[in-house]
Amino acid sequence: MSLEFETETSSRVSSDVPFLASLWIIGGVYIILILSLLVADASYSTPSHFLKALKSTEIRYAIKLSLISCTIAAILSLWVAIPIGYLMSRYEFRGKIFFDAILDIPIVLPPLVIGLSLLILFQTPIGRAIESKVTITYGIPAVILAQFMVACAFAVRAMRVSFDQLDPRQEQVALTLGCNRSQAFWLVVLPEIRSGILTAATLAWSRSLGEFGPILIFAGATRMRTEVLPTTVFLELSIGNIEAAVAVSLLMVFAAMVVLVIVRIYGLKGAIKFKQ
Amino acid sequence: MIDVENLSIRVGDFVLDGIDFHVPNGTYGVLMGKTGSGKTSIMESICGLLNTSGGTIKIMGRNVTNLKPASRGIGFVPQDGALFSTMTVRNHLGFALSIRKWDRQCIEKRVVELAETLKILHLLDRIPYRLSGGERQRVSLGRALSYYPNVLCLDEPFSALDDETREDMYRLLKLIVDQMGITVFHITHSYHEARRLADKILRLENGKVLEWDS
Repeated sequence: MSLEFETETSSRVSSDVPFLASLWIIGGVYIILILSLLVADASYSTPSHFLKALKSTEIRYAIKLSLISCTIAAILSLWVAIPIGYLMSRYEFRGKIFFDAILDIPIVLPPLVIGLSLLILFQTPIGRAIESKVTITYGIPAVILAQFMVACAFAVRAMRVSFDQLDPRQEQVALTLGCNRSQAFWLVVLPEIRSGILTAATLAWSRSLGEFGPILIFAGATRMRTEVLPTTVFLELSIGNIEAAVAVSLLMVFAAMVVLVIVRIYGLKGAIKFKQ
Repeated sequence: MIDVENLSIRVGDFVLDGIDFHVPNGTYGVLMGKTGSGKTSIMESICGLLNTSGGTIKIMGRNVTNLKPASRGIGFVPQDGALFSTMTVRNHLGFALSIRKWDRQCIEKRVVELAETLKILHLLDRIPYRLSGGERQRVSLGRALSYYPNVLCLDEPFSALDDETREDMYRLLKLIVDQMGITVFHITHSYHEARRLADKILRLENGKVLEWDS
């Protein structure tokens, strides 16, 4: 009787193939869509367009400014995201839900609104007082600040997830071994979440690279001054130079891919090496 | 020596009140009890990792109830070892000593001494990922003992080990504890483990600790 039951049960277990196939199909369609966009862009551009774009002084300036401003924005984002992520993950306090919602505002708001809000902020008495010492609006600091405002919100999310996933036991053991909170944080917690820091930095950098709306409003689109790569695409499109706009777009894709792949390979190696 | 008097612990809806027990100096005390009865909460309170809502905890006669974990002189070995994934075994054994600013030579001497006792001398340059379960618990034990704590707290340290490794660890632990004359507070579910190690068995039942000598 029991043998019959077992045979009947095992015969009823259907194949896993349809389930796995449906996952691959759904995922594959999205990957194909992304690749199609890139192939379409590539077919619109030739090597000579790339060379022409790279020879342009304005575009070379935009590449340089993009790389520098994105790196500074990513470093600033980490500097803010690590302490916020730690506090939000490890401590319970009154109004935590409210603060959590505030941290998501830059993610939810339309980019143009962030740019407009930054512009208005620097028209208030406090903003003007800052402007009287350092020129921010329509300058390079505005580019970095606009990138930072959005990138930081993503870095905070990534850091919080990393801290949530870290077992507090290691930190607690460090406290019993003689560490104070600060020593436990620097010597034990930060090394343990190094791949999370890498992820947050990558996210902040790549997010900054693609930022356009807030920069357009808050920093303007002045050539050889506040022009970053997305601004170049916009400016080239606005004068009908579609080939140059596409070439710059592909350059951005290439730069982002190089950074993301290098960071992921490096991060993965680190994670495997130290995996517990 | 551990003296717990009228201890109260509140963690959300979970409440323990009026906990009293005593583990004399140099005694191996084992705490047993059902899952969820609050054994780990009591240990965390003794280690200073969980705030108490009443009562006193004394270590070697000193009231440590409001002291930070670092000031209590306790070595803590959690269930999974909680090793630091980026540090080598050598770094683990010397960690508490470098925090206490011992000089390098003294740290190295103590690290080698511990490694020899724990039979992990050949593992000193490995990271936790390259260690077996038993090796990890040896490292965790060595890390906790490195700075000569007054009390050693062990929270189900051998629950994930196979029988043979566990027996090795019992022998090793008993040897070290007898050599150092340290007071031990050990949580376990295993009667066999309690019988093998304990001088004094404590049983947490219906929110009270019952004591008897092994």
